[in-house]
Amino acid sequence: MAGPSSRYRISPFGLICLIGIIASLYLALVWAPRERVMGDIQRIMYFHVATAWIAEFAFILVGLSSVVYLWLRERRWDIVAHSAAEIGFVFCCFVMITGPIWGKPVWGTWWTWDPRLTFSMILWLIYVAYLMLRAYGDDMPQVKQFLAVLGILGTLDVPFIHFATMWWRGLHPESLTMTPEGFGAGMESEMLMAMGVASVTFTLLFFYLMARRMALERMRDDVEDLRERIENRQLERLDA
Amino acid sequence: MDNNFWYLFAAYTLIWVGLFVYIFSLAGREKKLSEEIAELRTTLEELERK
Repeated sequence: MAGPSSRYRISPFGLICLIGIIASLYLALVWAPRERVMGDIQRIMYFHVATAWIAEFAFILVGLSSVVYLWLRERRWDIVAHSAAEIGFVFCCFVMITGPIWGKPVWGTWWTWDPRLTFSMILWLIYVAYLMLRAYGDDMPQVKQFLAVLGILGTLDVPFIHFATMWWRGLHPESLTMTPEGFGAGMESEMLMAMGVASVTFTLLFFYLMARRMALERMRDDVEDLRERIENRQLERLDA
Repeated sequence: MDNNFWYLFAAYTLIWVGLFVYIFSLAGREKKLSEEIAELRTTLEELERK
C-alpha cells in the first residue's frame, strides 16, 4: 500500500519539470529586463502566454483524440481526451485570471469584449461544459460519443483565439514572437528567452500531468473491473 | 507603479498555488484509488478462496 512518503515521491521527469519551473521563475522575475512602458507588470506575460499555449494545445489534443475515439472506439483515446481536457481547463483558468490581473493596470479595466478575450471565454465555457458532462456520467457510450463531438467543436475555437489579433482589431496586444519581421523580432532577447523557457517548462509539465492523470483513469477502470468480478463471483456463489 | 507589484504578486501566486493544489489533488485521488484497489483485491481473493 502506498504510504505518505510514496504519495509525494517525485519521478525523474517530475524533477526535470521542477528544475524548469525554478529556472523559468528566475528568468522571468530576475534575468529579464524591466519593460520600459509597462514596468514590472509585464512579467505576468511570461506565464500568461505559456499557460495560454497549454490551454490551446490541450484542446487541440482533446479534438484529435476525440476524432480517433469516434473512429476506433478505443477507451485509451477517451482517456487521452478526458485527461487533456481536465489539465487544459486548469491552464485555461490561469489564462482567464492572469489576463484581467494584467489588464487592470495596463488597460484600466479587468475585462473587455475584445475578440481574443471573447473567444478565450468561449473556450473556457466549452471546457466547463465538457467536464460537467464528464462528471454527469461518462460511462454511457452515448455520452462518450457526445463528449467526443463537443471536444471536436471546442477545438474549432482554438484558431479563432490564436489568430484573433491578426483577423480583427481589438485591445489585446499582437504576438511579439510571430512577427512579419521574423521570430521574436518584437522582443528583447532576454525577454524572448524567459518566455521560451516558461513555454517549454509548461509543455513538459503538461506531459508530466498527462501521464499522472491518464494513470488515474486507468486505476478507475481497474476499480470498475474488480467490482464487476466481485459481483460475478457473488452471483456464482448464490447460484451454487 | 508601486501598486503594480500587488498585481504581479497576485498573478504569480494564483498560478503557482493553483498548480500545486492541482498536483496535490491528483496525488490524493491516486492514493484513494490505490487503497480502493487493494481493498477490492483482498475481497476478491477472499471470495475465490471460499
